[in-house]
Amino acid sequence: MKSITIEKRGKLRDFIARRKPIIEDWKHTLYLWKSTKLAMIGTVIIVIFILIAIFAPIIVPYDPISSNMSARLQPPSWDHLFGTDQFGRDIFSRVIVGSRIELWIIFLVSLISGGLGTFLGVVAGYFGKFVDEIIMRITDMFLAFPSLVLAMAFAAALGPSLTNTIIAISVVGWTVFARLARAEAMKIKKQPYIEAIRAVGAGNSRIMFLHVLPMCLSPVLVQLTLRMGTIILTAAGLGFLGLGVRPPLPEWGSMVSDGRSYLVAQWWISTFPGIAIAFVVLGFNFLGDGIRDIMDPRLRR
Amino acid sequence: MVLVLFGVSVIVFFIVHVIPADPVGALLGGNAPPQLVDQMKHQLGLDKPIWAQFGDYMLGILHGNLGISLKSNRPVTQDIAEYFPATLELAIFSIIISVALGVVLGILSAVYRNSWVDHFSRIFSILGVSMPVFWTGLILLLIFYYILGWLPGTGQLSLFTIPPHRITGMLLLDSILTGNWEAFRDGLAHIILPAAVLGYSATASIARITRASMLDVLRQDFIRTAKAKGLSGRVVIYRHALKNALIPVVTLIGLTFGSLLEGAVLTETIFGWPGLGRYIVNALLVLDYPAIMGGTLFIALMYSLANLIVDLTYAVLDPRMRI
Repeated sequence: MKSITIEKRGKLRDFIARRKPIIEDWKHTLYLWKSTKLAMIGTVIIVIFILIAIFAPIIVPYDPISSNMSARLQPPSWDHLFGTDQFGRDIFSRVIVGSRIELWIIFLVSLISGGLGTFLGVVAGYFGKFVDEIIMRITDMFLAFPSLVLAMAFAAALGPSLTNTIIAISVVGWTVFARLARAEAMKIKKQPYIEAIRAVGAGNSRIMFLHVLPMCLSPVLVQLTLRMGTIILTAAGLGFLGLGVRPPLPEWGSMVSDGRSYLVAQWWISTFPGIAIAFVVLGFNFLGDGIRDIMDPRLRR
Repeated sequence: MVLVLFGVSVIVFFIVHVIPADPVGALLGGNAPPQLVDQMKHQLGLDKPIWAQFGDYMLGILHGNLGISLKSNRPVTQDIAEYFPATLELAIFSIIISVALGVVLGILSAVYRNSWVDHFSRIFSILGVSMPVFWTGLILLLIFYYILGWLPGTGQLSLFTIPPHRITGMLLLDSILTGNWEAFRDGLAHIILPAAVLGYSATASIARITRASMLDVLRQDFIRTAKAKGLSGRVVIYRHALKNALIPVVTLIGLTFGSLLEGAVLTETIFGWPGLGRYIVNALLVLDYPAIMGGTLFIALMYSLANLIVDLTYAVLDPRMRI
């Protein structure tokens, strides 16, 4: 019994020792991240955003959906921090609850477009030749569109709703990840350890998904972080044009659009949801900019 | 390029025809009698099998025929010809603004690296890409038009300004060509806000690349040589470093053009700009499918063309790229 634990501990020590360079690298990254001010500010903003989204039901003072005609178009006050809209709904509550919708969109779009792109990219990069040619040509076709325009067309054809917004943005966004994962997979499949695994008798799908794919993940994850701001902006743009999330759901872009006809006298209806969008996107962009700095090999060492 | 354009047409066709939207329903309203719906479908060729529709559509494209808009009842090509110049004009102004702003901010950032100038210019440019253009547009309209009254509101011209005779379709250019200075001045005042909003949104990437590439160049030997020769900092930066640092920025202008086309959709909607972006949005809202297909296809074509031009200029600018 005792000898087993010792053996285990020894194995653990061995495990850690073998991964020392990786851990060192992570520590260095963490250090750089801490010393990159923009990345820090960005992280703080995003953490605030996520916390607000999680605790939204506790924070909101009013019902964000049902209208209250006796409290229409009130300016910001202590009762209604951001004022009320044309249906008497508290804008502060709507912005807070809206954070959940935005977070949900970011999460699902990242999952779908990141997953789809990585899958296709790894398949293309691993098999090469004919498969690669087909997948990459399809990627080129999607890249020929400015992404918002294509997402708009998809969203309009599918009909405006939250689910369709997510589908439209994902279908447009996977190409970046496909290219990244492909480049990475092409590099990795030439490594000797892949050859070793094949010599042991592993099949294509096993090598692809258990040995190549995990190695492609980190650039994809970084790219995902960089794209998150764009995801919100696209979703908000679709909402603003009336092609995205439909009212009464408090999506920030459609809230800005709600206030358009009241802009002159009731500026607060459009202003606060817009600030919320800018704030969160700013967080992601700060983080993204910081990450680019950290990834820059000239800055490392 | 040809293959990509073919694929682009397939995607556009797929979006509009395979996905369950009901253009006839949108056109006639929900309660139209079934005979009328059938008749309409027949008239539009929507009762044919999907591959036949696709054949008709591709044949049309090859003949430069994008179909007839359901809303304006005119050929889509004619609509595009009418609306695109306004978008192009807006895009050109925005590119000028974003490149000027981005390059200046980028140089400042690089030269005063890690000082407050650097921080300020980075935060300023990231702020531009973070604010949604439709919101920035509304807020600036509120401030400069409704509150301060310094700039005119929506549209390309004021109500009482006589527009110039249409030659190129670009209002400012036409005003110059016809010598209509009143229209030129008015048009210029109208384009400032939308172009500023759009240009500012594209500044960040240009500033970022300028900064990185400037830092890269400043570290090179020939810069040290230039400094050692006793040239002043200004000469080194503007004559020696900047020229080399701007090469990657040129590539970015093509990409920027894409994001501008994207932003134009939103900006045009806000500023009531009679361009292609607004045309597509209006088409999307009523499912005017020939207009959607034509407009989207045209934008994709312009986007690809811009990237192609950039690739070509790149070779001209950087002799090292020529093989």
